[in-house]
Amino acid sequence: MKAFAKYLSLVAMSVVVLLPLTVLFFAAFKTHAEYSATGPLTPPSNWLNFDNFATAWSEGRMLLGFWNTTVILAVSLTGTILVGTLAAYAINRFEFPFKRLVLGSFLVAALVPGVTTQVATYQIVKSMGLVNTSGSAIVLFLGTDIISVYIFLQFMQSIPPSLDQAAMIDGASRFTVYRRIVLPLMKPAIATVAIIKGIAIYNEFYIPFLYLRSPDLGVISTALFRFKGPYGAQWETIAACTMIVILPTVVIFLLLQRLIYNGITAGATK
Amino acid sequence: MTLGQRRWMPWLYLLPALGLLITFTYVPVGNMLLYSFTSWDGLDVTMEPAGLDNYVRVFTDERYWRVFLVSGYYFAASFVQIAIALYFAVILSFETRFRNLFKGILFFPYLLNGVAVGFVFLYLFQPGGTLDTVLGGIGLGEHTRFWLGDPDVANISLAGTSVWRFTGLSFVLFLGAIQSIPGEVYEAAEIDGAGRWHQFRHIIVPGIRRIISLSFILAISGSLSVFEIPFIMTGGANGTRTFVVQAYETAFQFRQIGLASAMAVVLLIVVLIVTWVQRRLVPDEEVQLT
Repeated sequence: MKAFAKYLSLVAMSVVVLLPLTVLFFAAFKTHAEYSATGPLTPPSNWLNFDNFATAWSEGRMLLGFWNTTVILAVSLTGTILVGTLAAYAINRFEFPFKRLVLGSFLVAALVPGVTTQVATYQIVKSMGLVNTSGSAIVLFLGTDIISVYIFLQFMQSIPPSLDQAAMIDGASRFTVYRRIVLPLMKPAIATVAIIKGIAIYNEFYIPFLYLRSPDLGVISTALFRFKGPYGAQWETIAACTMIVILPTVVIFLLLQRLIYNGITAGATK
Repeated sequence: MTLGQRRWMPWLYLLPALGLLITFTYVPVGNMLLYSFTSWDGLDVTMEPAGLDNYVRVFTDERYWRVFLVSGYYFAASFVQIAIALYFAVILSFETRFRNLFKGILFFPYLLNGVAVGFVFLYLFQPGGTLDTVLGGIGLGEHTRFWLGDPDVANISLAGTSVWRFTGLSFVLFLGAIQSIPGEVYEAAEIDGAGRWHQFRHIIVPGIRRIISLSFILAISGSLSVFEIPFIMTGGANGTRTFVVQAYETAFQFRQIGLASAMAVVLLIVVLIVTWVQRRLVPDEEVQLT
């Protein structure tokens, strides 16, 4: 009886999670006439009707959206990893004055929610001439990230400093130590940061919406959002476009499930 | 290596991170404070001082303080979210068939794009849409209403969407914490005759206290900074305007940078106070970064 209640609750929850997605998936394959004539729970009559996907793909300039997202993602991730590991290396391996202050300034910054400062940040990005360039999103994704510095710092503690010393006795410079010893050993932490940061950037809406106004700069979120106006009544096209945006997430999740769970747990609790 | 070199060396490694931190976090916070005492429109070369006018407006004009009431819906919803997540994290920590499948299903919404989630629920809530059809199907047809158009229920619909989206995050955090409790503790408890409920109350809850309190912090700052769901789904209409939606409109559509900055300062102060209170109540003994 207890077991029955347990499985019933699990199945009920799964329905709550999956039903909203399934009905939109159905709608994506329906023709406009079929959409108007059938209820949302009715599956499409033709599962091979990809017209809506074709319309969404070309009208929404999805290829461009994916390309812009990929560029921003690649540059921001590489940058975050370099900036974060360098800072963690300095804090963990060097003794220097004001170290506690530096560390504290990272800690305090983690308390400031990004959305609160956007009004003032916008003026700074504007004065740098970066509004309406991909550079704006890139510097903001680099600059607002404190969690990755933490993850790198935590991980750096587990790399024994005796490794650095051995290399330096053999004549390696500090930078060589960083590049040849520390960076390769940091791979698990780098994977964690790449995953949580990658998901966050792929899904980010506010920053691209605010800074990348030109349609040529549209990322995946803003490309999808643009459907809201002109296609307001054509749900089958919006549905198809939504499915296109969700698909890469499904694939990445199925491939990297375990890494994602661990990454999220590490990212949120540190 | 000379002593002089040694001295600036660490700063070289820190420079990119510190530069970004100062430029995009500390300078904006400082500027925001400054702007909040002016009536700047973001374009003028000079900023007219406005004293406390902006702050007075935030607290007296209904349009501005109302957004706090809207946050209340999301805050209340986060209790529902934490309860659901805790329940499923506990049952999925023990032997269950298809455990990984259920874990995946529960967590998945958290990974979805916010705009996509907005569209999924716009579709669900539209008149004659999925929700109405399901309600009709199970004989509750008379309870259908304008889920997003009726100011009495619009915020509840949106807060429900937020629960759907973020339960997976709380769930995975709880799951990770529960699994870090050593298995022998349960075995010992079982030998002592403790049932599931006692194990939950006396082992699991104290064992994951830290993560539960972190979830409440995330819930408070999260419910104050809700943006995407109402912005995408209702555009802030029907009484669903949240703090950030209002600040966005004030700053970027009506160009009242001074007023929007005052709103942001108020929000920031609230978040900082809440965090401070939480740190007092639940001291974080595990922070040791060096």
